[in-house]
Amino acid sequence: MGFSRHINGYLTNNKYFVRNPLSPRLSDNIADASSMTNDHLQPADWVTNHADYLYQYAVKRVNDADIARDLVQDTFLAALEKAAAFEGRSSERTWLTAIIKFKIYDVYREKSGSLKELRTEEHEALQQQDFFNDFGHWIPAHYPENFISTEPDPLQAKEFGEVLKRCMEKLPALWLSVFTMKHLDEETTPVICESLRISSSNYWVIVHRAKLSLRACLQKNWI
Amino acid sequence: MNALKKIQHNCKQATFLIEKQSLTRLSLRESIELRIHLAGCSLCRLYQQQSGMIGRAVQQLLKSSREKPLDETFKQELQNRIDERLNKN
Repeated sequence: MGFSRHINGYLTNNKYFVRNPLSPRLSDNIADASSMTNDHLQPADWVTNHADYLYQYAVKRVNDADIARDLVQDTFLAALEKAAAFEGRSSERTWLTAIIKFKIYDVYREKSGSLKELRTEEHEALQQQDFFNDFGHWIPAHYPENFISTEPDPLQAKEFGEVLKRCMEKLPALWLSVFTMKHLDEETTPVICESLRISSSNYWVIVHRAKLSLRACLQKNWI
Repeated sequence: MNALKKIQHNCKQATFLIEKQSLTRLSLRESIELRIHLAGCSLCRLYQQQSGMIGRAVQQLLKSSREKPLDETFKQELQNRIDERLNKN
């Protein structure tokens, strides 16, 4: 029982299935990873073939050009070190993408960790803002109003996108990470919770608060 | 009876269930609670409509956004670093 839990180099109990693509499987029995060469990888062409793709992938998810560039660099360098972990079962790009994704989730965790200590006033106000009274009823100031039509107007779509973007930037980092993982990567709830180290009940609360805040911000700024 | 009264007026719980429902299957109890609430609450019905629409807009925005490409100097430096390491082995 104890042995089978570790057979793939990571815990296989239900909670833990986000596997680091850089960690070699123990079952491959690699004696010295660094001396292994891999015929499927062409590191000399990585920058030409994948740098732009990986950068776009990262910048969309971390919303910061400098961090995204660092991530691309870290990914290539880490991949070089661990070329032996590449199993050749996926394409080079898929493997590199898996690595950068893992690193992006590290950034998410870091951001949400530092947020606890160093919250901006705006974030604090957001988190304390209450939309409901003690009985759970909408506070009149926050009544949902019919401010957007259900049929999107293509002429207004761009402007609406701008407002939405600004409203999303106001969300706390952890909430935005949850949104990105859910809407861009379409990750499942267990994967999001596991990657961000949050409980599922915490996750529902974040999703709820994030949507309430986003909707309120849109109502306030979209006229 | 009391529990029914509670959910009828609890928009906080109803909006919570609306968000939960967009991600997962509600329990039978939750789904009944939500339906009872929505039947009597036009504010939350509006919220539900807008929430779905906002979710789709967020997804579209995240998927469509394109940033400026990487600058060539950075790429060249990165290439040099990789070449350096490859030549070491």
